[in-house]
Amino acid sequence: MPKKVLAVDDSKTMRDMVAFTLTDAGFEVLSAEDGQHALSVLGDTKVDLVITDVNMPNMNGIELTKALRSNPVHKATPILILTTESGDGLKAEGKAAGATGWIVKPFVPEKLLQVVNKVCP
Amino acid sequence: MSGPSDSQIEQFKATFFEECAELLGDLEQRLSVLEGGNQDIEDLHAIFRAIHSIKAGGGTFGYVRMVTFTHSFETMLDHLRDGALEITPEVVDILFRASDIVADLIDVAQQGGTPDDDFGDEVLAQIDQILASMAKAEGAAEGAAAGSEEAADEEAERIGSVALFQIDFKPHPSLLRNANEPLLLIRELRTLGELTVQLDASQVPSLHALETEDLHFTWRLMLRGACREADVREVFEFVDDDCDLTVERLEPKGDRDAEAGTGSSRSEDKTPADKAADKAAAPAEQAAAKSKSTGGEAAGKERRTSSIRVDLEKVDKLVNTVGELVITQAMLTQQLEALAADKRARIASGLEELSTHTRELQENVMAIRMQPVKSVFSRMPRLVRDLAGKLGKRIKLITRGEETELDKTVIEELADPLTHMIRNSIDHGLEGPEEREEAEKPVEGTIVLSAEHRGGRIVIEIADDGRGVNRDRVLEKAIDQGLVAADAKLSPEEIDNLIFAPGFSTAAEVTDVSGRGVGMDVVRRNITNLGGKITVQSTPGQGTKVILTLPLTLAVLDGMVITVGDQKYVVPLGNILESFRPKPEDVQTLVNGGQVVKMRGEFMRLVGLARIFDVPNATHDPSKGLVVMVESDSGSSFGLVVDELLGQQQVVIKSLEANYDPIEGISAATILGNGQVCLILDLDGLEAMDKLAPRDLLEAATLAREPAPAPAPTPAGEPDPAALDDGAAPEQEEPQGEPAGLDDPSSLEQPS
Amino acid sequence: MSLAPNTETSGAPDAPPAVALDGNGEEQAGASADARQFISFQIGEQEYGVDIMAVREIKGWTTVTKLPNTPEFVRGVLNLRGVIVPIFDLRCRFGMGATEATKLHVVIIVTVRERTIGILVDAVSDILTATADQIRPVPEMESEQKEDFLDGLVTVEERMVALIALEGLFDNKLVAAATSAVADVSTTD
Repeated sequence: MPKKVLAVDDSKTMRDMVAFTLTDAGFEVLSAEDGQHALSVLGDTKVDLVITDVNMPNMNGIELTKALRSNPVHKATPILILTTESGDGLKAEGKAAGATGWIVKPFVPEKLLQVVNKVCP
Repeated sequence: MSGPSDSQIEQFKATFFEECAELLGDLEQRLSVLEGGNQDIEDLHAIFRAIHSIKAGGGTFGYVRMVTFTHSFETMLDHLRDGALEITPEVVDILFRASDIVADLIDVAQQGGTPDDDFGDEVLAQIDQILASMAKAEGAAEGAAAGSEEAADEEAERIGSVALFQIDFKPHPSLLRNANEPLLLIRELRTLGELTVQLDASQVPSLHALETEDLHFTWRLMLRGACREADVREVFEFVDDDCDLTVERLEPKGDRDAEAGTGSSRSEDKTPADKAADKAAAPAEQAAAKSKSTGGEAAGKERRTSSIRVDLEKVDKLVNTVGELVITQAMLTQQLEALAADKRARIASGLEELSTHTRELQENVMAIRMQPVKSVFSRMPRLVRDLAGKLGKRIKLITRGEETELDKTVIEELADPLTHMIRNSIDHGLEGPEEREEAEKPVEGTIVLSAEHRGGRIVIEIADDGRGVNRDRVLEKAIDQGLVAADAKLSPEEIDNLIFAPGFSTAAEVTDVSGRGVGMDVVRRNITNLGGKITVQSTPGQGTKVILTLPLTLAVLDGMVITVGDQKYVVPLGNILESFRPKPEDVQTLVNGGQVVKMRGEFMRLVGLARIFDVPNATHDPSKGLVVMVESDSGSSFGLVVDELLGQQQVVIKSLEANYDPIEGISAATILGNGQVCLILDLDGLEAMDKLAPRDLLEAATLAREPAPAPAPTPAGEPDPAALDDGAAPEQEEPQGEPAGLDDPSSLEQPS
Repeated sequence: MSLAPNTETSGAPDAPPAVALDGNGEEQAGASADARQFISFQIGEQEYGVDIMAVREIKGWTTVTKLPNTPEFVRGVLNLRGVIVPIFDLRCRFGMGATEATKLHVVIIVTVRERTIGILVDAVSDILTATADQIRPVPEMESEQKEDFLDGLVTVEERMVALIALEGLFDNKLVAAATSAVADVSTTD
């Protein structure tokens, strides 16, 4: 069974890029436009990985991460935050919220896959 | 894996540019809100996100300048968000300029070009200056961060030869909580070289004390590979905080060993820059926490329903197919009439249901194409700002009804005319501050741009509180340009509407704002091409209001099917005022063969369809057929002489020009229930075609009219334009004893 | 092979014309690389041909909706599955007077420069294959008006078929010129 990934980003360009790269590598990619949308897409269904942007309307990536970590179903799901922030502050904030790791935008497909393989069992 | 193909990249780019266009529109609007003094943190967040997304996309596609520029822009926005930087008019100005640059950069990228390296440098300098003026502490953090990046780059240049590393990896019990998996890290290490793994399970507590979510193993890993120490550390990038990690290069001994290999505590590993960054992160976190409380409210305010993006072409196809369905359904209904009554009943009820559903389906499909006018209104604040600045005027733009929805095609076509009219208001309508002060008006001029639905159409108004149309000057110019006769007697409204006459321009000097060449006549043509009408109302010294009335959609039309001889035509229902059969004595034939009809004491021009279309077997005598009074989109009223009214019907508009050429007097075609093509009349075109009686003849006929009170004809489907007047502006009453009785401004454009 | 003039091949929306299918089998074997196929049709005694690649379908004459103030050879427009298609009277275009169209007359729907138009003819007669060297130029002697509309002549079983240059026949400028001529006439009377 292909692994399922949820890509959360308010930018369609990014969602498409992530979706394309991962689909091509054999993942099944779901997508959502922001944190709230992601939660409603997921519900209580387990996925193998969540990749989320941080800066999003309604519910940002940090809040989403916290929400997922507090849900028993998603507690152990790897979460990668996707951000252009070069500062370590955001990474630390992400980690504190429960993120597994991060990907710095812009990324090349190889880098994305490398990071995904690093956290996705 | 294979990377995306070129065509896929192109598609991503297309998505990106489409997204950029949306983001820029939103940006513009929110900047205007900021400028207006409403400092909602959510607007700042949205602006930040927009720039952030553009930066990310720009980076993905390698638009270097876009990335470097948006990076600085973003930094500034970030400081605005966390309150370190205050929103002053100066700052807002820079934001506007910066978003201009971003728009330009996107434009260049979309055209496939590469901007100069220093494109936008002026604005960058301004941003830097603003940032530099901020608290020193933060300035220092910035500098340090930049330094650390340089250091990293330096290290990247060192190419590692084969080395042996000893890695002691002691996860904290909490490592698993963020869903990190030691096994995956070990696997990744293996991709770097030869790996031997030693597991130390001695710290695992006894079963009853075991927390299943905690990790109690430690590892010693020996790695031999052609990699750098940084590569090894990168593997543990995500678990840095959740473990004790030592990486020691055993052989060959690296010159950086002393620095890199000895520290066992995480904090000691940090470069000074990292520490600085950590400190800088603290206020950011607080700011984020602060913003969350406000963010909650904003989320409620601006809840997005989920949506999908669909290619417009697909929607158009759907619209067309539904159009066909409507026609087919109408054909079925018509054929049903031919059936015997007993067979008809059951089919009829089914067909009626089908008809309801079809209509519903059509409405829903049309609704897909509907968009709020916001997307075009949002471009206007910028225009007003820029022009006002250029002309040294102070102008406030108020927009209303931005959520009013309109067909996407109409919206797109609306941008140019609106821009032009607003330019006109700013350039000619609104006075400079001194002149306003003298006139005892507020120094700041106001333009109100509003949209609303009225009776199946949308009405857009551009109203300013400027000096109004200078009627003397307009008339003088019109006479100069030969648009009206020197001795013409025109009502004030007629003079005002002269601004729409072809080639007309009043600007005393050609300014670089309004420019030369394109006049209001072009605006009117644009609007008319959209099936719309445009009128102007003006009060000297108090302001001008331009009123646009537009159909909601270009795809369907409510029409009245009429017959002339053996031909059928569709008259747009919205243009029909009334229809009647005149008494023979009320119809007068003019010396040139033209006809007028007397109606409530007015002589109205008649346009014989049979005559101008040369239709055989048609009624030429209006008193034996019917007169359909219409008001054309340009605002003139006249009567069409027809044989019969067949009934009203919603018709799907089909282009004639796809396979043929434009035909004078015909705007488009449609297909009737019987499958026959039926032409839709273009009233303005018809009026132009009708070889009109010279004006003096019409006046002669008018002068001979009985002196009777002349109430305006009762409009059938449309509010009378005069009724749109909210009393704010124009003088509607005609001066007493004015001989120009024809209530028809457009006839004035005829050279006489 | 001949085709009943009122045969409609428009049953399936995008099906190729039935005539084309009929002709294909036998023609392809002998067709060399530069061979072209034509649908031939009659106007009065004269036989004409149009390139089969341009032909979309063939249908019987039905009532059309007149377009006001257009040249006489523009018969009007008809509804071809939701598309408005103008119909031109070829006989009239050749200056031989308007066709007294009946149900037995045929409209050949062709695509010329991305426009879909119909040409009204008396009857469709055959599918011809001709190689470039079989197509002879139009002699100077032919009537001046026709010259621009003809691509060449080809002789088939002792019949002479005039190949029509569709582009020239309904060139926008020509139509426009004819239209304005009509308009001028109508305004003077």
